[in-house]
Amino acid sequence: MSNANPAKKIINNPLKCADELFEGLVLAYDGKARRVGTRSIVMNDLRPDAPALLVGGGAGHEPIYHGLVGKGMADGAAVGEIFAAPPPDIVLEAAQAVNRGKGVLFLYGNYAGDVMNFDIGAELAADEGITVKTVIIADDVCSAPPAEKHKRRGVAGLVPITKLAGAAAQTVDSLDELARIAQKACDNTRTVGVSTKPGSIPATGKPTFELADDVIGLGMGIHGEKGVGLIPMCTADELAAKILDLLFADDLELKSGDEIVFFVNSLGSTHMMELLILLRGAKPILEARGIKIHQTIVDNIVTCQEMAGVSFSITKLDAELKKLWDMPCESVGYTKL
Amino acid sequence: MPKANLSKDEVKAMLILACERVIAAEPMLSQADRDLGDGDHGMGMERGMRAAKDKLEAAEPESIEKAFSSVGMAMMSSMGGASGAIFGTFFRNGGKALAGKETFDAAGLAAFLQAGLDGVKQRGGAAVGDKTCVDAMEPAAVKGAEVAAQSLPEAMTAVAAAAEAGKEASKAMVAKFGRAKTLGEACIGFPDAGACSVVVILTAFRDFIVA
Repeated sequence: MSNANPAKKIINNPLKCADELFEGLVLAYDGKARRVGTRSIVMNDLRPDAPALLVGGGAGHEPIYHGLVGKGMADGAAVGEIFAAPPPDIVLEAAQAVNRGKGVLFLYGNYAGDVMNFDIGAELAADEGITVKTVIIADDVCSAPPAEKHKRRGVAGLVPITKLAGAAAQTVDSLDELARIAQKACDNTRTVGVSTKPGSIPATGKPTFELADDVIGLGMGIHGEKGVGLIPMCTADELAAKILDLLFADDLELKSGDEIVFFVNSLGSTHMMELLILLRGAKPILEARGIKIHQTIVDNIVTCQEMAGVSFSITKLDAELKKLWDMPCESVGYTKL
Repeated sequence: MPKANLSKDEVKAMLILACERVIAAEPMLSQADRDLGDGDHGMGMERGMRAAKDKLEAAEPESIEKAFSSVGMAMMSSMGGASGAIFGTFFRNGGKALAGKETFDAAGLAAFLQAGLDGVKQRGGAAVGDKTCVDAMEPAAVKGAEVAAQSLPEAMTAVAAAAEAGKEASKAMVAKFGRAKTLGEACIGFPDAGACSVVVILTAFRDFIVA
């Protein structure tokens, strides 16, 4: 008999994963956030008369995106099916719930489905008298050259970007100002990811892509989108150097004295042990260039099921972003004291 | 016997047949999508068409326009993702072109296809040759305009054939959108899954009208 669940996922119904994980997520907020409409989560006790920050995307990448809702983070999130963007009416329900008369910033990753559904959601929101601005996260260096940044995908950089935008949403009074800061956070953030093993699709158990046992996919996206090439398995120190080379080769123009947030992210099943060994390998390379890590994040936040691999994200901090960074935040996905 | 022009009730029955055909085609559509590196198109379309069928069966549509646009709204709301936005827009915008029509004829078919196509192109930015659903939708709309003065069965037969030819032509294309884009030339030889869905829908329309 064939195994219908070869990935041995501990679930109830493969077709109900998005709904059930969403219900669990709301519970994990201990009453600080609530369910709105079909599948949106919104914080309680939002700052009155302030512009709102709404994030969102497909499910299956937990704890992002909906797990980044929190104090000092996003005000709410619109949640789609597994690996599918949220439909426009869910986006509208979320936008209505977070809006406090000052408009809503939509902040999400650059995927065709997300762009279309959030755009339709923005049109529906405009029909309801809600002002919407959009900032699209496109931090994946390997998905398009610098001249075609609008084609880049949004990956792990969305964590520091959402943190900075969330801090801004606590302090600014206008939607324009919130959008300006979110855009600056995007402009200052770059990510390179690598993969060693695919995740699987919960509904089918099938792997999201194929990769030989003895290679690493350099620059692969979080759904297994092709990167810049395959390299033989190597040591953590060698891999850290290769990832940083790709980041330095991009147009962020890091120079001696720059302060950064350095985020080492597991794509799912890669263990904290490996992340820490990679961090150890990366630190001296950054130091040799005079780049100062203002904050290190080593965590499992932007994932694709049990996909194995890692990404490095760098966010360059100027005085304004540094001040926002140093504000505390609390969410299921990322908390900073 | 082939049907001349369709009443509102016949349009509803035709749309329900299209929903059933897409639901039944889920394994084929999923495989087509897997061949191009993804795999969720079939399940998304099945989910959307189940929701559309439920909606059509639950209440009598007010008009031909609403019958088409309710399919679009049901797909958009239940599917999410790129496919939900694209196919939802196709039916919703296409339906709007039928406002005020009390029968569905070849001219209405042409108007539906053109408005649906325009909406999809504006929403997604794809053009013919990009290996997307537009590769089946645009030849169907072009043919629809050519045959708008013919009988509905003749026009629908020609339109379904044009969509099929467009889907076949998509096999030779290198994808410019979605996951398939990352495959480069490896996607040559496989039709676009969205174009396959367009063919299933328009073939169902033809079978309903010609049967």
